[in-house]
Amino acid sequence: MSVAELEATARRRRAVTIGASIGRFLIIAATTYLGLLAVTFFIGRVIPIDPVLAVLGDRAPSNVVERVRREMGLDLPLIQQFYIYLKSALSGDFGTSVLTTNPVMTDIRRVFPATIELATLGTIIGSIMGIPLGVLAAVKRGSLIDQIVRIIGLVGYSVPIFWLGLLGLVLFYAQLQWVAYPGRIDIVFEYTFSPITGFYLLDAAWQGQWDVFWDLLRHIILPASLLGYFSLAYISRMTRSFMLNELSQEYIVAARAKGLSETRIIWGHALRNAAVPMVTVIALSYAGLLEGSVLTETVFSWPGIGLYITNSLQNADMNAVLGGTIVIGSVFIGINLLSDLLYRMLDPRTKDE
Amino acid sequence: MSTVAETRREWLLSERPASRMQARLGRAYVTWRRFSANRLAMVGLFIIVALIVVAALADVLAPYSPTIGDLKNARLLPPSAQHWFGTDDLGRDILSRIIHGSRWTLFVVVLVAIIAAPIGLLVGTVAGYAGGWIDAVLMRITDIFLAFPKLVLALAFVAALGPGIENAVLAIAVTSWPPYARIARAETLTVRNSDYIKAVQLMGASPLRIVLRHIMPMCISSLIVRVTLDMAGIILTAAGLGFLGLGAQPPLPEWGAMIASGRRFILDQWWVAGAPGFAILIVSLGFNLLGDGLRDALDPRSGDQ
Repeated sequence: MSVAELEATARRRRAVTIGASIGRFLIIAATTYLGLLAVTFFIGRVIPIDPVLAVLGDRAPSNVVERVRREMGLDLPLIQQFYIYLKSALSGDFGTSVLTTNPVMTDIRRVFPATIELATLGTIIGSIMGIPLGVLAAVKRGSLIDQIVRIIGLVGYSVPIFWLGLLGLVLFYAQLQWVAYPGRIDIVFEYTFSPITGFYLLDAAWQGQWDVFWDLLRHIILPASLLGYFSLAYISRMTRSFMLNELSQEYIVAARAKGLSETRIIWGHALRNAAVPMVTVIALSYAGLLEGSVLTETVFSWPGIGLYITNSLQNADMNAVLGGTIVIGSVFIGINLLSDLLYRMLDPRTKDE
Repeated sequence: MSTVAETRREWLLSERPASRMQARLGRAYVTWRRFSANRLAMVGLFIIVALIVVAALADVLAPYSPTIGDLKNARLLPPSAQHWFGTDDLGRDILSRIIHGSRWTLFVVVLVAIIAAPIGLLVGTVAGYAGGWIDAVLMRITDIFLAFPKLVLALAFVAALGPGIENAVLAIAVTSWPPYARIARAETLTVRNSDYIKAVQLMGASPLRIVLRHIMPMCISSLIVRVTLDMAGIILTAAGLGFLGLGAQPPLPEWGAMIASGRRFILDQWWVAGAPGFAILIVSLGFNLLGDGLRDALDPRSGDQ
């Protein structure tokens, strides 16, 4: 066989593997989402003894109860109910919120940007500080900085986030007055500022309203730093572990023998190779922050999806709770799957499998 | 005296143990030596033992009643010699509430471990031993649960079941078994084709017996490590549910719920929410340190990575 033929065969074989892995990925994604919807269906329809009662309360007249039961499709067999549930959930219809009387999806579309803004800023803070800390800890293994990174990690894994948030408010808001009170925007600007995308920081910068931007920053900085700390704890620990792994490889010895500077070896060679698993770690920590936002938003009255879920919980608004759960779950699963896919695509070693 | 200790050590470390018990004790001794050389792990062990002792002796140790306070004279007092951690808005001594709260913390972690670990163990070992489509289906279900956001799902579960500490335990257990299943399956796969399993099969043991008697024991040690490491997460989730008003209900002295009720006074009477949060931090830290130490002692290969 000529070289060209060999190359063509290799290319074909690779195309087949890529096709197979995409197929596998789609199956995994589909079953995972199906599982999520099955669980929320179970929570919403099977656990409550009577979902009609949950909607109407126990004082409704019996003819109304009967009518609502039929309207909700509860006289149908469970499997048919699940099919109807799937269809409406997939088209983004999670029912109406009892609390706000809006469709749940409309509410979520309104509050979700606030959560994304918070989690994104948190991840940025966590990555910018966590990666260098992790690298330093790995390079100076056993040193003071290694111990500090270890303690930051341990405390991050052990501290209740809502408690730390409360302490932060006491210190930085009440005592030092460095940051603004809980909430997203000062009440003065609430009616003068008209956001475009829902990502307030970007909107304010785009419109050149720097006084609003400054106020927004004073509101977001404490909750974002808090989330950032948790992502820092995770990212620095993982970076350290990846870097230790890379630094013990032979190519590092070769680079040293060649006479490269230590800076170049660490930041240029080792970190570059550790970057692939780092992408996964950062993605996972982002997903974790979306989930962690439920507690953080409650502490900081941050009008995102976490606060929406907890408010709905307290008012027994199950449609809104389950809608919020499905949305957070979907994004969480999506990020998980994407990071897995990204890892496979970026790391040539995983292609053979 | 020293010669007695010396011979005891020799007996434990003997290369030809005369009985099964001697072999087991010897292995336990070696593991313990490795574990106790780790100072942080010993701190963790101390914290957890202290937690258990405090929970057991709560009635004796607590200076005041955890549920009945002195509304007239002792509301929101700052920490003092009478009330080390101050009092809350109903005049109850916070130290006494924290001491009694240790029982609920222990209740939650033990119950979650008792429910979730066996489920994971069963799913993992059956999947690993059976293989084929059973393995594929069970592991797909495990992966689906693994991909869920735990806290949010637990929230939804408790919302449907109704608030309360038992329901919180159930919700956390439902969301925390998948990692155990994966670990148990991985361990099963490593021993599945080994000679001793083949020997048992030849002797005509049923698959049930093989899984129960010969495979599950092999998974226990890595499972214990993982469960211990997860304890901190379980405590934090339970406290989070309590903080949101979905876990323990008043007047139960559960630490998360205590933070929630102290939240209203956080700016002026910081100790009401401060002390229980600190208790959660210390206990979670203890479980993390203990788990790290156990992992290093039981599986020296994975150390420091």
